[in-house]
Amino acid sequence: MSAVIQAQGLGKRYGQRWALTDCTLDIPARRVVGLVGPNGAGKTTLLNLATGMLAPTSGSIRVLGGRPAEGPAQLAKVGFVAQDSPTYAGLSVADHLKLGARLNPGWDAALARERIGRLGLDPARRAGKLSGGQRAQLALTLGIAKRPQLLILDEPVAALDPLARREFLQGLMEATVEHQLSVVLSSHLVADLERACDYLIVLVDSRVRVAGEVEELLATHHRLSGARRDPTRLPAGQHVISASHTDRQTTLIIRTDAPIHDPAWTVSRLSLEDLVLAYMGTPNHPANPGRNHRPTLEVQR
Amino acid sequence: MIEFHLDTRSGLSPYQQLVRQVRQALRLGLLCEGDQLPTVKEVVAQLAINPNTVLKAYRELEHEGLVAARPGVGTFVTATLADDSLAAHGPLRQELRRWLARARRAGLDEESIEALFMTTFRTASEEDIA
Amino acid sequence: MIWLTWRQFRAAAAMTAAALAALAAILALTGPGLAHDYTTGIAACTTHSGSCSDFARRFFDHHQGSFLAVSAVVLLLPALIGLFWGAPLITRELEAGTHRLVWNQSITRSRWLAVKLALTGLAVMTAAGLGSLVVTWWSSPIDKAAQNFPKMGPLLFPARGVVPVAYAALAFALGVTVGMLVRRTLPAMAITLAVFVAVQVAMPLLVRPHLAPPTRSTVQITEANLEDFSRGPDRRIRVSAKAADTGAWVLSSHTVDASGHAIDTIPPSPSLSPSAGPCASLERGLSPCLAEIARLGYRQQVTYQPSSRYWPFQWYETGIYTALTVGLAGFCFWRIRRSLS
Repeated sequence: MSAVIQAQGLGKRYGQRWALTDCTLDIPARRVVGLVGPNGAGKTTLLNLATGMLAPTSGSIRVLGGRPAEGPAQLAKVGFVAQDSPTYAGLSVADHLKLGARLNPGWDAALARERIGRLGLDPARRAGKLSGGQRAQLALTLGIAKRPQLLILDEPVAALDPLARREFLQGLMEATVEHQLSVVLSSHLVADLERACDYLIVLVDSRVRVAGEVEELLATHHRLSGARRDPTRLPAGQHVISASHTDRQTTLIIRTDAPIHDPAWTVSRLSLEDLVLAYMGTPNHPANPGRNHRPTLEVQR
Repeated sequence: MIEFHLDTRSGLSPYQQLVRQVRQALRLGLLCEGDQLPTVKEVVAQLAINPNTVLKAYRELEHEGLVAARPGVGTFVTATLADDSLAAHGPLRQELRRWLARARRAGLDEESIEALFMTTFRTASEEDIA
Repeated sequence: MIWLTWRQFRAAAAMTAAALAALAAILALTGPGLAHDYTTGIAACTTHSGSCSDFARRFFDHHQGSFLAVSAVVLLLPALIGLFWGAPLITRELEAGTHRLVWNQSITRSRWLAVKLALTGLAVMTAAGLGSLVVTWWSSPIDKAAQNFPKMGPLLFPARGVVPVAYAALAFALGVTVGMLVRRTLPAMAITLAVFVAVQVAMPLLVRPHLAPPTRSTVQITEANLEDFSRGPDRRIRVSAKAADTGAWVLSSHTVDASGHAIDTIPPSPSLSPSAGPCASLERGLSPCLAEIARLGYRQQVTYQPSSRYWPFQWYETGIYTALTVGLAGFCFWRIRRSLS
């Protein structure tokens, strides 16, 4: 399957600060990709680079085989729902659909109308008067009805109440099945990603910490707990992601392809949230072990 | 038609939960031969989960011979579980009672028994899968 | 995109159209009457006394208020347009975040900007053109009667004819450019206003006088063209005369002596002292005094741009502003392709 997003050494700098560093990705098509990371990690920067809102400072990125925002054909292939679902406050819902119809040659008017009807949005109502959840649904409709191959969403549910959040994700996943979309979704909430995503990218401090299929990641990462031990004394092939010690006990989170034979360890499965938190707690520079990153992901249950 | 739900706190992955819920429904007679399972789109729209999860669950059920997919139409139940398991329930229950009695005689309290059972059960399930 | 531009522009366009319509209505109703009054008055005073300057002065004083008002409208219109149509064009999208919506539809930023600039720019020029047209037509009798406001002068020149259209286009382009660079509406409006005012002040000060080499003429000071005759505290005479061309833009005017040196006041001489000579007592009028001044070689040297150059200057200036506008628009197209998240 051809890749939907390919990045090579992608980087973006603002003045002195690198918002994204050395990002190399190869995301296959027809996946729902979860992009996770704390605030300021570079998620929005990466998504903006993928949609062409920003130009890279270093490296390259190709989306669906083309350069982002290169021309109308490329723009038609990618749908984008930006953070806080921007809409024109003075335009009505129907006006927004007209906007979509006029600016997108591939616009599916019947789909848009049907979706708006099913959501119960009043076409004559101004977007400024809609609730947050309704605006998010409107923005999603605009993204879907242009019939893209890839839909990119930047924290679409961060500001929504739990019911609106659930309804949005239900609508998004249904559209994914119906239109065979590839989706890239960035979020703070690991629980929602856990259900919806089958590909995970963890971005911390402008760098990609881990990227891969969720199933494979969960199969190759384990939690080992046992008597206090030096984590550097593990067999080769077992990479320690995070380690914590008490005076008697050591708990490690490791990545390995091989089975674990050491009977002194109690091996347990990780949840996706545990895995993400483990990677978010990893220091940026191995030479600086004292640096403690406090994870800022929300745990939403 | 069966309606799925997901327990995020359960130790099982979503697709395993779906498989279980179908089996449970078959056992209890909520699903009979010929009934149609919800389409992938319906399940996804209700639970907001990844479509591949549903596909994987349905494939496993098909692998176990419980359902069959008819392209373009849907996935239909082809067998029930009621008979098979019921027959085995009796002897298994007796064996379990004896084991519990032994555990109590050895001095384990309720929580230790449960912990011992759950860890062994989980490890065994993983070994089976792996 | 045309629909979207119109839809976003609708309210502003409607307000401006209403205002312009009201202005046009008022002027259309009063214009013919005004012209009629002027022509009958001129006809009357020509047949009666031959010189119409009294009538002209009275006519002008009578209508001075509305004259200044409509001129102010034409002078302010470009600035307002630049402020309220130009600056928010891009900043409004950036501040609301809707650029993330509209620039991710299947339309490139260049095309988005092109349609917005073209359509709104057209509206800008139409509004300015209509305003200037109506006012120029309505005010032409008063302009003819205005003695202190020459056609080529710095107040009337920018308020009539074609140049207001070019000013408005530049103000608009300036607003869009500043908005793109500054990204926030209120600062963009403030900076646009400041820069536009600077340009409008710099034009008549630095550029317009040199659009063509000014005419320099030296005239004899007579009663007909006398502008000012006064005595200073030292009893010296100060005179000045007007150029023959009443619509000209006088750049400099001073009295020169027989050898061509500019002087401020006429130095006393045997025939021209405060106590003796034709200028001592003016009971027989100014003519003998002025004749004596002329005989001594004093003339008025006036450097001016003649009113015959009115239309050439209008077109030169329009050309300059158009070039600036096109330059700014080009810059905007180049700049909008850069990162704007």
